[in-house]
Amino acid sequence: MATITAIRDETPRVRSYALGLPSWTPHRPGQHYDLRLTAADGYSVQRSYSIASGPEKEGEIEVTVERVMDGEVSPFLHDVAVVGDRIEVRGPIGGYFVWEPTLGGPLLLIAGGSGIVPLMAMIRHRAATASRIPTRLLYSSRAPDDIIYANELRDLAARADGLEVVHTLTRSQPAGWTGYARRIDDAMLAEVRRPLGDAPLVYICGPTPLVEGAANGLVRIGVPAQRIRTERFGPSGK
Amino acid sequence: MEEPTTDDRTLDANAVAGMLEALFGADLTAADSRCAACGREGEVGTLLAYTLGPGVVLRCPACSAVMLRMVETPRGTLVEAKGLAYLRIAR
Repeated sequence: MATITAIRDETPRVRSYALGLPSWTPHRPGQHYDLRLTAADGYSVQRSYSIASGPEKEGEIEVTVERVMDGEVSPFLHDVAVVGDRIEVRGPIGGYFVWEPTLGGPLLLIAGGSGIVPLMAMIRHRAATASRIPTRLLYSSRAPDDIIYANELRDLAARADGLEVVHTLTRSQPAGWTGYARRIDDAMLAEVRRPLGDAPLVYICGPTPLVEGAANGLVRIGVPAQRIRTERFGPSGK
Repeated sequence: MEEPTTDDRTLDANAVAGMLEALFGADLTAADSRCAACGREGEVGTLLAYTLGPGVVLRCPACSAVMLRMVETPRGTLVEAKGLAYLRIAR
């Protein structure tokens, strides 16, 4: 059982939850926990949530959850759960969509919406370990207000330690926006990948169409398929 | 061979990592696998997962053959793996 120790708004539809874990084990960035809710009548529902935090903080993880309209778990977390509530969890889970500095780089991270969450764990871990592995994040959001971790990403990029953050805003852009303003396409992938050479290590996470579009596009521009790892969200987010 | 079809409901096997780990007692997403139909080799995490049915189906991303089916029943968990030529779970 985990205990909610803090709740933080990230965007109007996204919140982060710090979970205290009595039987904590360090996770690998990119791993997830399964959260299970059980009603009084025994009906039970389970969802996987990527860990947003790095493994540095002992006894605690943070998950970031987007409110899914027809969801069963995220509305509970957003509308009902409060600090001190206990939640059944299992994890950390998964050994495929993970990155640690020993896996090397250069690193190309591609996120759509709340697909940023497991990639943020990698970015935070990279910063915490003072890694200077060249890393570029291409992050697709609908509108400025939808960018999760916007301030932290800006601050991390300002450290000039080899992390660069490239945004694309697909639906609305603020006045004076100079970043990309369209869905991810092959030309964008080629521009973002170019400084990293021909075969960066790639992690893509987001809604299924974005993940498939980006993965196929990278293969078309010559990135070896074995260097690309994907995590699809499906229709309803995670 | 039918074309691999993917749509919004397609997930990666990573999405069912918890169920696999509960069944096999080890993380399976990093295990090597071989498709019995087309011979493709790759980590289980690269397989496509379909989770909206009564159970879970893992398909080969190259030829879309069913490699693993798992369903929870009142009498236990049923695993059908005839589409899987082998699994290699690292020590």
